[in-house]
Amino acid sequence: MKTLDFLFQRLVKAAFVVLGVVILNFLLIHLAPGDPAAVMAGEAGAGDEKFIAQLRAQFGLDQPLWWQLLTYLKSVLTGDLGFSYRNNVPVAALIMERLPATLLLTASAFLFSLVLGVLLGVLAAYKRGKLADSLIMTGALVFYATPLFWVALMAVLVFSIHLDWLPPFDMESIGADYTGWARFADIAYHLVLPTVTLGLFFTALYTRLTRASMLEVMSLDFVKTARAKGVPKARIIRRHVLRNAVLPVFTFASIQAGQLVGGAVLTETVFAWPGIGRLMFDALLQRDYPVLLGVFLVTAAVVVTVNLVADLLYRIVDPRIEAAG
Amino acid sequence: MDMQTTPLLRVDNLSIPLPAGLDRTYAVENISYELNAGEILCVVGESGSGKSMTANAIMGLLPSYLKPSDGRIVFRGRDLLAMSEPELERERGRSVAMIFQEPLSALNPLMKVGEQVAEVMLVHGEGDAASRERRVLELLDFVGLPDPASLRHAYPFRLSGGQRQRVMIAMALALEPAMLIADEPTTALDVTTQAQILELIRRIQAAKGMGVMFITHDFGVVADIADRVVVMERGLVVEQGVAADVLNRPQHPYTRRLIAAVPHREDGTSRTDAGGETLLEVKQLSKTYRSGGGLFSKARVVKAVDEVSFSLRRGETLGVVGESGSGKSTLGRCLLKLTDVDGGEIRFRGQDIVPLSPGAFRPMRRHVQMIFQDPFSSLNPRQTIGRILTDGPVANDVPLDRAQARARELLGLVGLEPSAFDRYPHEFSGGQRQRIGIARALALDPELLVADESVSALDVSVQAQVLQLLQDLQRKLDLAIIFITHDLRVAAQICDRVAVMHRGVIVECGPPAQIFDAPRHAYTRQLIAAIPGLAWNPRQAVM
Amino acid sequence: MTFFRRYAQHYGALVGLAILSGVLLVALLAPLIYPVSPWQGVGEPLLGPFEDPAFPLGTDMLGRDIAAGLAYGARVSLLIGVVSTAVAVVIGVSIGALAGFYGGRIDDLLMRFTEFFQTIPAFAMAIVLVAIFNPTIASITLAIAVVSWPPVARLVRGEFMSLRSREFVQAAVVVGQSGPRIMLTQILPNTLSPIIVTASLMVATAILTESSLSFLGLGDRNMMSWGFMIGAARTMLREAWWMSVFPGVAILITVLAINLIGEGLNDAMNPHLRGRKG
Repeated sequence: MKTLDFLFQRLVKAAFVVLGVVILNFLLIHLAPGDPAAVMAGEAGAGDEKFIAQLRAQFGLDQPLWWQLLTYLKSVLTGDLGFSYRNNVPVAALIMERLPATLLLTASAFLFSLVLGVLLGVLAAYKRGKLADSLIMTGALVFYATPLFWVALMAVLVFSIHLDWLPPFDMESIGADYTGWARFADIAYHLVLPTVTLGLFFTALYTRLTRASMLEVMSLDFVKTARAKGVPKARIIRRHVLRNAVLPVFTFASIQAGQLVGGAVLTETVFAWPGIGRLMFDALLQRDYPVLLGVFLVTAAVVVTVNLVADLLYRIVDPRIEAAG
Repeated sequence: MDMQTTPLLRVDNLSIPLPAGLDRTYAVENISYELNAGEILCVVGESGSGKSMTANAIMGLLPSYLKPSDGRIVFRGRDLLAMSEPELERERGRSVAMIFQEPLSALNPLMKVGEQVAEVMLVHGEGDAASRERRVLELLDFVGLPDPASLRHAYPFRLSGGQRQRVMIAMALALEPAMLIADEPTTALDVTTQAQILELIRRIQAAKGMGVMFITHDFGVVADIADRVVVMERGLVVEQGVAADVLNRPQHPYTRRLIAAVPHREDGTSRTDAGGETLLEVKQLSKTYRSGGGLFSKARVVKAVDEVSFSLRRGETLGVVGESGSGKSTLGRCLLKLTDVDGGEIRFRGQDIVPLSPGAFRPMRRHVQMIFQDPFSSLNPRQTIGRILTDGPVANDVPLDRAQARARELLGLVGLEPSAFDRYPHEFSGGQRQRIGIARALALDPELLVADESVSALDVSVQAQVLQLLQDLQRKLDLAIIFITHDLRVAAQICDRVAVMHRGVIVECGPPAQIFDAPRHAYTRQLIAAIPGLAWNPRQAVM
Repeated sequence: MTFFRRYAQHYGALVGLAILSGVLLVALLAPLIYPVSPWQGVGEPLLGPFEDPAFPLGTDMLGRDIAAGLAYGARVSLLIGVVSTAVAVVIGVSIGALAGFYGGRIDDLLMRFTEFFQTIPAFAMAIVLVAIFNPTIASITLAIAVVSWPPVARLVRGEFMSLRSREFVQAAVVVGQSGPRIMLTQILPNTLSPIIVTASLMVATAILTESSLSFLGLGDRNMMSWGFMIGAARTMLREAWWMSVFPGVAILITVLAINLIGEGLNDAMNPHLRGRKG
C-alpha cells in the first residue's frame, strides 16, 4: 500500500476516534442519573437557575436527542468544551493552560521508561540466567505490581521528607521567579520525582517485554545463520537481534501512551503537578463534570496524535511495512 | 599434509545423547563417515534420523542441551569438538559454511542482503569496505542473481524463496570455504527452483573444488548430485558407499525399503478408461484474489483460478499438479466451497453447486469430502479419535450409536486398532493421523474425495503406505478422487489422468503416459525436466 | 496431572499461590476476626505499629484499626478484581470470537470498535465513568470491565483467525458442522489456555485500577478499600507513615502473587512446550 493511502487511512481513523469520544461524552451526559443540564453545569453551577436555563437553550435540551447531539457536536468541534462554573472560565481555556505541564511530565516519563526499560531488558536477555538477569527481572516483577500512586507517596516519604533531596510538590519553586537557564534547572529539579515514579511501572513493563522479545528473536533462524557465518555473539546481539527485538517494543509503547496519561492523573495528584491530571482530580472533588469530560476528550486527542506519529515513524524504520500493507 | 589420502572431514564414532524422557537415548550413536575434498556427500534419511544433528554438531551450532558425549569430528586434522567458541567462530564462514532449509527465515529481515553477504568478510577481517563491496557484486552475480548492483540494496522480503537461497549460497561462498554443509536446502522450494539450486550447487562445487555435505530426505535429489551416500536411520548410519552402488544395489533392508517407496511412474498400470458415469463437471471456474488498494493506489489482483474446466467420472483419480502459487489448492477449496467462487460452474451429479448458499449446500457436503495436508493440524488436539470420526455423521443426523459403530469399523478399514477410538491425536504418528483423516472423510460415505497434498508432509516410506491405502479404498468404494500435489512423481504413480496447473490455468491434461512421454506444453516439459532423479529408476534397483 | 507438575516446577508460581491463598483466607475471615466495622474508631488515634498488641499495624487519625482495614480491603480488591475480569472476558471473548471466525465486514466493524476502546486512555475513561455514575461497587466493577476487555478481544480474534484456517476446523466445515457449533466445540476449547493466562493477569491489573480509583476518592463509600486507605493517609504522610505503607504493601504483594500465578500458568500451558513434533 502506498504511503498516501496509509496516511489518509490513519487520519480518518484518528478523526473517528476523537469523534467517538465526543459522542461517548454526549451519551454519558444523558445516561448519568439526573438532569443532563445539571451534569453540564457541574455541582457548583447546578444551583444557579439562570445558568441552567442558559445551558438548556444553548444545547436545545428540550429538542429531540439527535438534534441535541448535533448541537453538542457543533459546539465541541468549534472548540467549545463547556464552561466551568466553579472556576468561572471556559473549560477549553482551563485545559490549554494546564496541558503543557502534563505533556512535559508524560513525555519525560515516556522517554525515561522506554530508554531504561529497553536497556535493562537487553541486558537481562544478554545475561540470561546470570545474576544480573535475576536481579533485573525481580525488580521488574516488583515494580510491575506496585501501584503508581503509592510509589509516588513512598518516594516523597523517603526522598523529600526523610532525605530532603528533592522537592515533593509543584513544578517550580514558589516565589523564586527564575528566568532562563535557572528556571529550566528549577523545573528539571522538580520534574525528577514525578518522572521517575510515573515511569517506574512502565520501565518494568518495557523491561519484561524487551527481554521476552530479545529471547524470541535470538531463537530465530537468521540468528543461526549469523552464527554459521562466524559472527561473534556480541555482534549478533548488536547487529541482528536488537533491531528486530526492539521494534515491536516501540510499537507497543506507542499504543501504551494512553496509559501513561492515565497514570499522570495519579502522579500529578500526589505531586500537585499543575497539569490536566491534577485538574481532573480537582474536578472530581468539585463534581465539575464539564472539566472532567473536557479533560477526557483532550487526553484522547493527545493519545490519538501520538499514535498517529508513532505509526508514521514506524513506517520509516521498518522496511517491510510498505509491502505488507 | 597430503590431501589425497587424508579426508577433509572425518566424523569418528560420534554420539550425542538426548535429554531424558524421549523415545530414544541418543540423537546419533557411534556414527562415522568421511567427506573428501572435491566430492558431494549426501546424508539421507527420514525425519528423526539424526541427519541434521551431525551437521549442527560440525558447525558447533547444537542447542545447549545437546552435547556430544563421545567421538571426534576431525576437520583438516583438528578436532572441532575440542575447539573453544572463539576458535570455532574463526572457522565458521571462513573454512566451513552452511546453508539451511528455510530461505524465508534464514536471512535477517531488517538488513539489506548485500550487507548480510559483506558481513561474513567483515567479521573475518577480510578486505576493506570497497573491496568487500566489489566482492559482494561478484558473488551475487556468480550465484545467478539478476542486477546485483540494485539487488544488494534490497531487503530479504523483496526476494523470492529461490533468490533468497541464492543469497545464502553467495554468503556461504564469500570466503571460499573448503567445506559447505547444505541442510535440506531445496526442500522448501518448488521443483523447478530446486532443480536450479541443485544445478548451482553442483556448478560451484566443481568450480571451487569444495567438499559438500548435502543433507536430504529425497532419493531423487541424491541420484542427481551425490558422489557418495550415507544412509541414516534413527541415529545410526546403516549404509554408506558410492552413489551408484547405494542407489542401484542397496544392501541394508532399511535402504531397500526407502528406495522401494520412492514414488515413480508405474509402467502399464494406469487405467485409461477407469470409472463410469460423469460425477463432476467443472466449467470455466474462476477465482480472483484482491489485496491492498485504496484511494491513491491500485489493488493487487491475482487470478488464482482462471477459467478452469475439467470433468471427473466415478472411480477415477485426477491428479492436479502444480507449483506453489499455481492455484491448485484454491481449486480444491473452490470444489468444497471453502472459498467463494467468482464465476463458472461446478456441476456435481448434474447440479451446479456454485449458486448454493452455505446453508443450502451443507446437506450436500457429505458427498464431497477432503483429506488434508498436515497430519498435525488436521485433527483437533482436544478431541478423541472417536469424537473426530463421529462429529460429521452426527452433524448429518446419523444417530450417535450408529455413527460410533461405523467409526470403529472405519478404524479397521484404514488399518488402525479399535482401541484408537478413545485416544487423542497426539498419541499417534504422522502416518497414523493421516489414516484417521482418511477415516473421517469416509465416515460420511462420500462419492468424491479431494486430497490436498495429503502425503507431502509424510516420510517416503509412510507416504507409500498411505498412497496404497488410498488406492485400495478407491477400488473398494468406487470413489472419485482429485489428488492435488506438487510432486509429479506421486501423481504419475497413482492417477488415471493428470492436469498440470500453472498460474491458475490448466495448461495440459491427459493420462500420465502422455504427459510424461509426449508433453505438449512448454511448462509441462520444464516441470518434467526438473523432477529430481529423473534418470534413475528406483524400480530397477537390485534388491 | 502433568499440568500440575509443570506448574509446580515454577517456584515463583507456588509462592504466588501461597500468598494469594493467604489473602483470600483473610478476606473470607475478616468479619470473624474483626467483628467491628473497619470504619469505626476502636483505639487511640495515630498509634504506631507494634505499639499496642491489640493494633499490631497501628491506627489512623480517627483511631481506626489499620489491620482491620487491610482485612476488609482484601474483600473489595479480590471481589472487584475477579468480577470485573469475568465480565471483561465474556465481552472480549464474544467480540473476538465473532470477529475472528466470520472475518470480512463483521471483523472490520468489531475491530474498529475494539480499537476505539483500546486507543482512548483507559484510566481516564474509568474515572469519567465512575464519577458520572457515582461510585458504587457495581459502577466501579463495570467501569473496569469496560476499559479492560479490548486486549481479550484482540487475543481471541487472533486465535480464532489462526484456528479458523487450521485444517481440523476446515474439516469440521467440510463434514457439515454449523458455524456456531464449530466455534464452540472445535475452536473455543483450543483457545482456553491463552484466555486463562490473560485473565489471571487481568485480575492483577483490575486490582491496581480499583485501588487507583479509590485512591482518588472514587471508591464505594460503604466498603473499606486499600486505595482509599492510602488516599486518606496522603495528608498524614509526615506524621503517620504506617497508614500508607501497609495498605501499599498489601496491594503490592497481592498483585505480585497474581502475576506470579499468571506466569506459572503461562509456562504450564505454553503450547510450544508441548512440542508438535513430540
